[in-house]
Amino acid sequence: MNTEYSTPGQVPTGPRLITGRFDISDGYTYDGYVRTGGYVALRKALSSMTPKQVHDEVRAAEIQGRGGAGFMAGTKWGFLPADVHPRYLVVNGDESEPGTYKDRLLMELDPHQLIEGIVLASFAVNAAHAFLYVRGEMALAQERLAEAINDAYAHNMAGRNICGSQFSLDITLTWGAGAYIVGEETALIESLEGERGMPRLKPPYFPAVKGLYMQPTIVNNVETLANLPAIINDGGGAFKILGAPTSTGMRMFSVSGHVNRPGVFEVPNGVTTFRMLFEAPEYCGGVRNGGTVKAFIPGGVSAMWFFDEHLDMALDKPTVDKAGSMLGSGAIVAMDQTTDMVAACWRIVRFFARESCGKCTPCREGTTWLEQVLRRILDGQGRPQDIDLLFEISESISPGIAWPPLQTTICPLGPSAVSPIASAVRRFRNEFDHYIAHGRPIDGVDDVLHPEGSRVHV
Amino acid sequence: MSRLNDANITIAKEIIARFPRPKSAMIPLLHLAQEQDGHVSNKAMVHIGELLGVTPADVYGTASFYEMFKFEPIGKYCINICTNISCHLVGSWNLLHHAEDRLGVKAGGTTADGMFTLEDVECIAACTEAPAIQVNYRYRYQVTPANFDQLIDDLRSGRADEEIPPFGTLSRVRQRTSESWSNYGIEAQAIVDER
Repeated sequence: MNTEYSTPGQVPTGPRLITGRFDISDGYTYDGYVRTGGYVALRKALSSMTPKQVHDEVRAAEIQGRGGAGFMAGTKWGFLPADVHPRYLVVNGDESEPGTYKDRLLMELDPHQLIEGIVLASFAVNAAHAFLYVRGEMALAQERLAEAINDAYAHNMAGRNICGSQFSLDITLTWGAGAYIVGEETALIESLEGERGMPRLKPPYFPAVKGLYMQPTIVNNVETLANLPAIINDGGGAFKILGAPTSTGMRMFSVSGHVNRPGVFEVPNGVTTFRMLFEAPEYCGGVRNGGTVKAFIPGGVSAMWFFDEHLDMALDKPTVDKAGSMLGSGAIVAMDQTTDMVAACWRIVRFFARESCGKCTPCREGTTWLEQVLRRILDGQGRPQDIDLLFEISESISPGIAWPPLQTTICPLGPSAVSPIASAVRRFRNEFDHYIAHGRPIDGVDDVLHPEGSRVHV
Repeated sequence: MSRLNDANITIAKEIIARFPRPKSAMIPLLHLAQEQDGHVSNKAMVHIGELLGVTPADVYGTASFYEMFKFEPIGKYCINICTNISCHLVGSWNLLHHAEDRLGVKAGGTTADGMFTLEDVECIAACTEAPAIQVNYRYRYQVTPANFDQLIDDLRSGRADEEIPPFGTLSRVRQRTSESWSNYGIEAQAIVDER
């Protein structure tokens, strides 16, 4: 059992744009940050650049948002209506998509880099107030960020007339209290207004137009903002060529599940393949026990699953989108040949059933029913018509069960619960049928939910 | 249990002053109440409503959405075992079953001595360190059943007290409102609200 991280900064080769301080013991302090090149970009921007020039560098970098949707950050900033004030920057630090583990590291191990990114972004979009919303369960991240914000104010990197310039910005640290849905940007805004974290309807509530307090608001992910100091230091063009033309820069991926050495890696975006991450000795070093990948999740549990035929695909947004899934939040989960696919599917669906906010009926009712039907199959009580029932319920949440999903709901949470079902049932139908016929998993898979001898056979 | 004490009222007012609208301080104030009492009491919710200018029902309405808020006392240590996919794949159920046996409660339950509450939780963002758990939101990584037993012994004997405060305390560092707080964003919003 460890209290210290064993994996951060397992970044074997190439440049380390935003993870470089992870193994510097005081990299999270103001002194450690400044000693290693911190706040240079901010001084440069405030002393020699206009907000438009900062925005232009971010446009030139073509950085895709790292939160899940992958929308171009420079383009998003451009949606703010001119001359409407006040306007806000909201930082989404509510990392909770299962499998995702990167924003917490950035907040705990390099909080000043994030703060520098926040000030740069606020300068570019001319916001005078930024809100940093950290997931409630992340006590250490909250502690490190509180300390970092206090130090940033003390050194004039936040507050009034930053670095002696005309630009002023307040940063309010706030945090959640346990709700996955708050990672959705309009739900986050509701939560930030002191409400239940339920998503708003888009349109009309596009945050850039009607966001926090109905004012223009940019919501950016932690990793996206953490890249800004590097983009300003070296230029958007230099950032862009680190990755593929269609997926620029460097990007963090967390690879977990049945691999020998799970880890968080910062890799050139759009270039590395899934197979390299799983198998290369400098990354995960192969599937555990010399096994093979039966299925893997390419971008968080909301994504459609991939299989061995996708292993040689590059982690490139358009390529993965076209293949019928997404890179989402950079969460890759490998499942080897011993995985009980019915149990894995159920566990993911239970997550969505628990986390549905309850606003839209198809999601609130549907995810619960999906979970219950899967659970009875797992417990040996499945019925032959249950597979059809699963698809029927899925259809009511996401008509056509396609990718990208259509939805009868306000936000994508409901349709996300359909992804594991569509993936698992279509590919591993035999495993579901076997459960329904025999009340237990097929031979050779781990019956993780039922400890030895506890399964009641029917 | 009680309303916020004087020290916490001061903290609450500082938190409120960092938002353009008081109600935005709702969740931080609920955490403050939970830090004070170990759970969010009715009296505290009434008090928070007074501080924010909303009704107690508004406060409970928001609070009840979020699973970190407890409305009854729970154990001194809340042990959250992640069973989501990355942990599910590498032994979290085995760990959870072991924890249930060791503590003599099912997930969701609190031990009779009031020391431990056990929860089966969703992803806690430690996926490459699976199976991962939290004790009062402090992490333990790659936990085996034997590690779990050791952890329980450490918690019972007070050996982990320095690192792990009682349930309810999150960050032990608070944001201060600096002298160079600019207030421009808040003033601008006040003008908009006025119209």
